[in-house]
Amino acid sequence: MIDWTYDSGVYELTLATPPCNEIGTAMLADLRRFIDQIDRDAHTLILRSGLRQGFCAGADLRELYRGLSDVPAEQHAPLLRKFIDEIHGVMDDLDMLPLTTVGVVHGVCFGGGFELALTCDVLIAEKSARFCFPELRLGIIPGFGGIPRLRRDVGNGLIRDLLLSGRSINAKKAQAAGLVSQVVAGGEGITAARALAAQTAKFDPTARKAAKAFIKKLPTDELLAERELFVRLAQGPALLAALKRFVESTDLRPYLP
Amino acid sequence: MSDTLDTLIRLAAKRFGADPAKLRAEDDLFERLGIDSFQAVELISDVEDEFDVELPDYELQAIKTFAALAQKIDARR
Repeated sequence: MIDWTYDSGVYELTLATPPCNEIGTAMLADLRRFIDQIDRDAHTLILRSGLRQGFCAGADLRELYRGLSDVPAEQHAPLLRKFIDEIHGVMDDLDMLPLTTVGVVHGVCFGGGFELALTCDVLIAEKSARFCFPELRLGIIPGFGGIPRLRRDVGNGLIRDLLLSGRSINAKKAQAAGLVSQVVAGGEGITAARALAAQTAKFDPTARKAAKAFIKKLPTDELLAERELFVRLAQGPALLAALKRFVESTDLRPYLP
Repeated sequence: MSDTLDTLIRLAAKRFGADPAKLRAEDDLFERLGIDSFQAVELISDVEDEFDVELPDYELQAIKTFAALAQKIDARR
């Protein structure tokens, strides 16, 4: 589930779906519902997790496995395309909101969770935050717009390292790379985000929105190309086999990249 | 016991509320600390911060013991 509050121009959107805010159809529907009701005159959106484990562990792999296992292989492509189109719609809308969006990240920020965080204008990371793209282990690439969005912010060398090794990096490294703009102590992320929201409230709304529109563009062509590549790879046998291994694993540490 | 191993054991014990005197170099650190994958991620961040090193996950997959992790830390410093 997700939950949100609104007060004096500030939305606080809290992800709270155990075990670690995995993104499936229910989360997607909740995010769509939130976006569709948003007051475009609000000035700040704070996006965070209410779970100790972290910000978000990525796509709901168990739901994806069930969805693909329950239908014949020839239906995988339309099913995957529908899901990925809906995801991209939500991510693009979050990315382009006429509010200043602040992501507060702690603990696990993996895969689709990393991609969700990358829609935010400003990322505040608590020291425990770790970022990674483990998708190659599943025989796919990140499919929620992550690589095109990351390319807006950081150099190709680090992106290749993250994408091609699947390794995770900590908050300090993410800040040094330009991915995260503020690093704070554990539990202090929300305080820093609220302080930023209070500052944002002082600005002229027209100038604030124009500044964001000027500096932050959607990488439309790359997002489209990523979507096509994702759907093509996801139809291959590697994904289903990897999902089966994940779902049937008795390893206590399945999320370790 | 090396300085690195000593510091590592103290760090892990503090993070997860264990008694450092009861942790041994050759203990399986995940089993001994009773931690899940999310807590393991926290531990990796703590270790990187404490020793000012980068530890790629794929180099840690085969590491089970405090001693092996301490060796890896030293190799990355």
